[in-house]
Amino acid sequence: MRRTLALLLLALPASAQDRRSGFEDMARETQAMQRDDMQNPGMLWVAEGEERFNRDCTSCHTEASMRGVAARYPAWDEATGAPIDLAGRISACVERHQRATPPARESQALLALTAYVAHQSRGLPISRPTDPRLAPALAQGRALYGERRGQLDLSCVQCHDDNAGRRLAGSVIPQAHPTGYPLYRLEWQGLGSLQRRLRGCMTGVRSEPFAYGAAEYVALEIFLNDRAAGMAIETPAVRP
Amino acid sequence: MAILALLLLIPSARADEAPLTATPGDATRGRAIVADRTRGLCLLCHSGPIPEERFQGNLAPPLDGAGLRWTAAELRLRLVDGKRLNPDSIMPSYYRTEGLHRVAPAQRGRPILAAQEIEDVIAYLLTLREEPPR
Repeated sequence: MRRTLALLLLALPASAQDRRSGFEDMARETQAMQRDDMQNPGMLWVAEGEERFNRDCTSCHTEASMRGVAARYPAWDEATGAPIDLAGRISACVERHQRATPPARESQALLALTAYVAHQSRGLPISRPTDPRLAPALAQGRALYGERRGQLDLSCVQCHDDNAGRRLAGSVIPQAHPTGYPLYRLEWQGLGSLQRRLRGCMTGVRSEPFAYGAAEYVALEIFLNDRAAGMAIETPAVRP
Repeated sequence: MAILALLLLIPSARADEAPLTATPGDATRGRAIVADRTRGLCLLCHSGPIPEERFQGNLAPPLDGAGLRWTAAELRLRLVDGKRLNPDSIMPSYYRTEGLHRVAPAQRGRPILAAQEIEDVIAYLLTLREEPPR
């Protein structure tokens, strides 16, 4: 019986067997910091985002209507005919509907609003990107994930699939599930986006990162969400 | 003629016999390069008998005993372009600038280590003649 079970488990794709959030590999103190909203530094951005939302966004949106939104992004943007991530959507909303200058990528204002909106989906499962219009970007994301790059000639797969759980110097290599963005990194001493994190890996292998907002990052995010579909959103997560 | 040229381009499959420089490698300098995680990068993936570097990786075999397992020529091949032995290896090719994708501008056209540094690292690795602690 046990043997049959083991065989059944082996037959499942690796992703269904033992996907783990980077949260599980953190020190207990860092986990406690994320769990406790009074200690979680990311909640400062969420609070700022809430203020901005209540000031600038409530003529169209309600807090309740934001629940589940982050779980469905990146999504298809009719206006540009391209996929758009959550920060891009918020930025576009400011530009199109408030007729204001859109906040820059990685600016305090955009991080705060994105963290606030994503926080409304905390605990909800990441949706699988099933919109057929996202299929080309999903395929592009998968290809980018498998592509070797940089002077060190490494792909995402080689660390985050083939060697996840092993140690790169002192750090456990995570499986790269984007469950908690934007998130607070102790290394950054601040909140940052998935794009910032992806850039970190790209410069780590000594490759030229794509510019903030590039379609390649959105494609990678769609692929990563497909890979992490069903895992719970943690925003704002804390990571070492 | 073209075939001859091609044959000359095919690298030796097992070892690079010729040192990259006329100056023999210096094991002390080599150790410093191996220990430096922004120069040699070795300890990000390997462990080795360098106790002052506390955080060592475990993605790759320990460097301990490298001097028992390999000759200088075999080490040279593995450092210069180990992908000639195993194209799927995660080990970067330390002395290859071709066939790479989206290299950052600061590193474009430059190998990870200079020729003399590679000879220094080889000299150091040859001194590692004890198997890793169990």
